[in-house]
Amino acid sequence: MNANLMNTTKEHILRGLDANVRLDGRKKEDYRAVSIEYDVSKSAEGSARVRCGQTEVLAGVKMAIEEPYPDTPDKGNLMVNAELSPLSSPEFETGPPSDWGIEVARITDRGIRESHALMPSTLCIESGKAVWSVSVDVVPICDSGNLLDMAGLVSIAALSHAHYPGVKDGNADYGTRTDKKLKLESTPLPVTVWAIGKHFIIDPLPEEEKAADARLTITTTADGTIVALQKGGSMPLKSEQINDMVKLALRVAKDLRHKLH
Amino acid sequence: MIMGYDKRFDGRKQYEMRPMSAKVGVVPRADGSAMFQIGKTTAIAAVYGPRDLHPKFLQNPRGGLLRCHYSMMPFSGHGERVRPGQNRRAKEISRVMEASLRGVVDLNAFPNAVVDVFIELPQTDAGTRCAGICAASMALADAGLDMKDMVAAVSAGFVHDRIVADLTYEEEHYNEFAKGLKEEVHVADIPIACQVSNGEIVLLQMDGKVSAEFLAEALEVGKKACAEIGEVQRKALKERFTGGSL
Amino acid sequence: MSDQLFVKDRDVVVPGETLATGLSYIPGQYMYREGNNIIAAKVGLVSVEGKVLKLVPLASPFIPKVGDVVIGVVEDVMLMGWRFNIGGPNSAVLNVKDATNEFIGRGVDLTQYFGLGDMVFCKIVNVTSQNLIDVTMRGPGLRKLDGGRVMRINPAKVPRVIGKDGTMTKMIMDETKTDIVIGQNGVIWISGSPEGEVKAANAIRKIDENAHMSGLTQAIKRFLEGGE
Repeated sequence: MNANLMNTTKEHILRGLDANVRLDGRKKEDYRAVSIEYDVSKSAEGSARVRCGQTEVLAGVKMAIEEPYPDTPDKGNLMVNAELSPLSSPEFETGPPSDWGIEVARITDRGIRESHALMPSTLCIESGKAVWSVSVDVVPICDSGNLLDMAGLVSIAALSHAHYPGVKDGNADYGTRTDKKLKLESTPLPVTVWAIGKHFIIDPLPEEEKAADARLTITTTADGTIVALQKGGSMPLKSEQINDMVKLALRVAKDLRHKLH
Repeated sequence: MIMGYDKRFDGRKQYEMRPMSAKVGVVPRADGSAMFQIGKTTAIAAVYGPRDLHPKFLQNPRGGLLRCHYSMMPFSGHGERVRPGQNRRAKEISRVMEASLRGVVDLNAFPNAVVDVFIELPQTDAGTRCAGICAASMALADAGLDMKDMVAAVSAGFVHDRIVADLTYEEEHYNEFAKGLKEEVHVADIPIACQVSNGEIVLLQMDGKVSAEFLAEALEVGKKACAEIGEVQRKALKERFTGGSL
Repeated sequence: MSDQLFVKDRDVVVPGETLATGLSYIPGQYMYREGNNIIAAKVGLVSVEGKVLKLVPLASPFIPKVGDVVIGVVEDVMLMGWRFNIGGPNSAVLNVKDATNEFIGRGVDLTQYFGLGDMVFCKIVNVTSQNLIDVTMRGPGLRKLDGGRVMRINPAKVPRVIGKDGTMTKMIMDETKTDIVIGQNGVIWISGSPEGEVKAANAIRKIDENAHMSGLTQAIKRFLEGGE
């Protein structure tokens, strides 16, 4: 049952927003129930699953020992990848990553990198010779909207429960898992505020994402510092609107952060 | 005196399978979906279709096309991260899965259309294509397609001197993991898929070396195991459509 | 070997399951015979009336038939008509002569009647062997659907949402003060107040998820009266 055209019109969605009633009865600033599970993939060094309404996303952390880049001999590597598998939505296609997939990955990556949540210097094993390389792969299972925020949340959840593998002959020994956990200095969480006409909503449904004119992803850490921003969509935003969106994102991030443990 | 493989690494009996679980309807946005887990191998399948098929030259005016897309999540392998993307192994498994399912699904009512089955594995411990087929079969039934039977699959194996049911990664790599071996012994991985009700075989592959007699035994073991898996699949499908939240 | 029945009325069956054995039993749609056995070919609810076996599918893709009413979206405006997306692999075509009761002359801008993205409620008048579909907009109730919201359910559940003689739909419309149009293709259009539409959509979603249960009408009535 595909048919990307078979959607409620934007005008109708706006009519509901005027009355603060969204398609599923939520108010504009209501988030669906979010749950997090850890260690869902025994093959990964760390993993997590988040659920937000019917949206479900997995993330897995893999670690390997590699040579550092020549210009950063003391720093390990971090890579965030988002595979938007067509398993999760009729709108994704097979093949190389789509622009949307790349954007989801880069926004998630930027938040973790810029907040220094994971310090590359802590990943150094032997200067110039061996460093840990950490990969986070985000895989949605069901896309019922709000992949951006969930990708960020599940990545942090997976990283926060990741254990170093054992080491044998200078390589990772994946058969053994140590008690040493990856050290996270902070927990950056992205919250995307979506603008449909003059209304702001959070945690959108797929139809709301399609009807949106603009969006702003605001990634913040626990102390309220903004560590990444990304505006999408072509509608211009006034600075007052942006400030309001930031306030909203800070509030939401606080609630989401309580779910992490 | 050469000791054979008389005690399995995880303590199972010779023809015993690992614990299984299954759930149908795990991807609400899809037309049909299911999860199948055996031991530490978990497969999730989602069905989309019948839907429009592009490019046009693939369309078949006599009936719909069934396409499988098998993929291991990058963090699901036994060692290093697996680079995402359709590598040769994934492509081969996708084709083999299609062949095993095409025989039971009737898509004659959907000329020029396609039914896409996506399979993703979040964690693996051998038997991945088999788990994928088990999940895909349930997902196709969940999508309400005409099927003459369910399909189940299991990896039978020949390890050292006997046939066992449902190989683990360690058993597949017996020569690496067995203690006290003086020289390398024969190991064969034999994935078998059957129509659940009549035991007819729709997928058969083999990696390794095995004699004709042991192969015959493997086929019987595979058929029985598939019938057992069929019960798990049936139960999961029925659970989906009974009970409810009223 | 004597005739034997392996299922009872209202059992859920899966493909490949043997329902009965023996030639005295009469198989219905979505079943097939293999030797003496009658075997299910779809996931569904079995009904047993004496020796007659029936299977009501619990899930199914939409199979277009002449006489089906469907909801579609205009995806192309052509020279002599329009093409609609009705949610499946095949589009439906509306010829200019079947569009309205008035006469539409040659060269008239067809988007005056239906433009890209417009939603319509139409009826299937022809299905070819290649599943090419012709529809008409001439008939009682067939019309353009303005405003309103759209939701989709599995086509197999449509009869439950309609109810006997339309009673289930009418109950939902009355309780939520909405107008509801149901397409056999599983597309449903709801129009009313924002709150009313949400309640109606939730009620329909409940039917979609519990279609196999008995006592459904009472449960939905309780849900609508109780509010959530």
